[in-house]
Amino acid sequence: MKINGIEFDENTPEKPDMLSRMERRAFLKLGLAVTGAFAGGTILSLSSIAGRAFASPDAHAKQYPYKPHYSMLIYQNRCIDCERCLEACAKTNHVPKYGYRTAILEREAPKSTGLKREFIPVLCNHCNRPPCVRACPTTATYKNEKNGIVMMESKKCIGCKTCVAACPYNARYFNEERKAVDKCDFCFATRLSKGMKDTACVEACPAKARVFGDLSDPSSEVYRMVHQIEKTVWVIRPETGVAPNVFYTRG
Amino acid sequence: MAENNTKVTQAGSDIRMFWAWQSIVARLTGLGKTFYIWFGISAALLAAGLAAGMHAFFVGYGHIYNVTREVPWGILISTYVFFVVTSTGLCLVSSIGHVFGSREFMPIAKRSVYLSILTIMAGFLVMFFETENPVNMVVYNVLSPNFTSNIWWMGTLYGAYLFFMGIEFVCLQLERHKLATYAGFLGVISGIAAHSNLGAVFGMLTARPFWYGPYMPIYFIASAMMSGCAAIILFTWMASKINREPLEGTMLRAVDVTRQVGILMICVIMFFSAWKIIAGLVGGEAEREAFLALITGPYAFNFWAFEVLAGMVAPLVLYVMSRGTNLNMLVWGSISMIFGIFFMRYDLVVVGQIVPAQFEMGVNEYPGLLSYTPSAHEILVVLGGIGMVGTLFLLGEKIFAAHRVEEHAHEHEPRPALEPVQQSE
Repeated sequence: MKINGIEFDENTPEKPDMLSRMERRAFLKLGLAVTGAFAGGTILSLSSIAGRAFASPDAHAKQYPYKPHYSMLIYQNRCIDCERCLEACAKTNHVPKYGYRTAILEREAPKSTGLKREFIPVLCNHCNRPPCVRACPTTATYKNEKNGIVMMESKKCIGCKTCVAACPYNARYFNEERKAVDKCDFCFATRLSKGMKDTACVEACPAKARVFGDLSDPSSEVYRMVHQIEKTVWVIRPETGVAPNVFYTRG
Repeated sequence: MAENNTKVTQAGSDIRMFWAWQSIVARLTGLGKTFYIWFGISAALLAAGLAAGMHAFFVGYGHIYNVTREVPWGILISTYVFFVVTSTGLCLVSSIGHVFGSREFMPIAKRSVYLSILTIMAGFLVMFFETENPVNMVVYNVLSPNFTSNIWWMGTLYGAYLFFMGIEFVCLQLERHKLATYAGFLGVISGIAAHSNLGAVFGMLTARPFWYGPYMPIYFIASAMMSGCAAIILFTWMASKINREPLEGTMLRAVDVTRQVGILMICVIMFFSAWKIIAGLVGGEAEREAFLALITGPYAFNFWAFEVLAGMVAPLVLYVMSRGTNLNMLVWGSISMIFGIFFMRYDLVVVGQIVPAQFEMGVNEYPGLLSYTPSAHEILVVLGGIGMVGTLFLLGEKIFAAHRVEEHAHEHEPRPALEPVQQSE
């Protein structure tokens, strides 16, 4: 029998039990090293392999590049567009009227048999492979090495707006007051760094549509929801290859 | 003795400076009315552009320019691209002669190098009034570089390009041809690297399917050559009018070979554009939407009338029909091409952004294409850039005595009396 040009009949079939534990470990390590080398060590995200990789959480938990690996899970059907999250965000982070760090989009499905309309909260996806960070000429926007939050160092921003054009999520805008591009930082500057556990939008949401947490912590809700296969979990614009950390589901 | 020598040298250089100044003044006075009219128009445009730019800078670009969160790049970015494309093209086409040794291209060398310097400076001027924090750009480009950023590479390499082109220009003035060739070669290398990085600024944005892919850097280089040919022919002709010297002999031959390169490059760009569009039309939803906007949607007039007809078809026909001798056809072809190319850049930049990021989500907030129309301030800054090119071109023709290129063989013959600077050496 020939598969992909390789003669199989004469070979002893390889089985997992023929490999020693050490060999397997070495092989896995090699694989990780290769992926890491090509992607600068920061690529891993579950988004692109959603639906097939989540079944083996232990193996993947070790690969999260950040600790805590901050992420957000959004129960899309729970959002009622009360916009308290937007208010809380603007108040907490001093977001001007002409801009926003998070928004709620509205999608209508008139021919749907159940709900005819749903609301989709959107924000920066804190991608593992952030195109804005790659494109910024002065590293004014960067990915925090500890927690993976995509942050701004405003004083370095030259205002070329390449990051704005590069973002697949329309998550950035130029803030006239800061003289720099502004974006969601999961409330790091205003809340997380001061010991608070949630972002302002999550705290403000009365419908529990937004869940914030550590994707590398198996006891967190985001971890549990992302690492299961019974319910569909998706991300926005997976085709861009940016490996986002904001997940969507219904329920 | 040593002191005396220094004094003598000092006096000598003073005299030289005086003569240089005198000759420049002499060249700039007593010129025809037409020269002063064109110079006045150019200077007025430059002044208007500077005034509008400074006004916008102090009030805040966000309040004055029509760029938005969704369409962050407007006509200033496309005009910047337009100028640096022209600059790179001038450098590349003229390098065929003075760097790579094809003698037929030699007569256009000095002027092309000069024009490539001033077109990129016009690009930088427009960019200055587009970038929100130009001071940060200079400081943090050095202190905090990001080597994965195309913008960083583009800025840095264009800096190097300007430096090498400057050295080359000085060397050409001093008739140091060997050094000029080396500097020119480095200018070509850094120009190609910088310019393809400018293409990659767009081509490496996965979020923008209209731009994404290796096409942009390649296209940018090819279209630079095309722009360069048109610019050389147009400016050579204008110079012949300004200096009242008929276009003939080796100069006409140089224009003819430039025309031939131009014909080739127009064909290359037509071929590239056709396949880019055909491929785009079978792409994803957002990509198809962008290409439809270009060929049948709100940008269709720009595309068919300006890009295709004025930018490619008319110049191709006129270049071919001119047979290299009919100057009117060549000049009109070049004007038409440059006009069309300006819109090519505009459409390239704007159409890449008018399909919203959330287009495929089908949400109410982004039902269709976005729109962008430049504000009066933005248009004035663009005109300021054009005025800068005009002003410096006209001044250059006089200050550098029509960029005359002497044949290398004649280097030891007495120089024309017009150039006392070099004569006194």
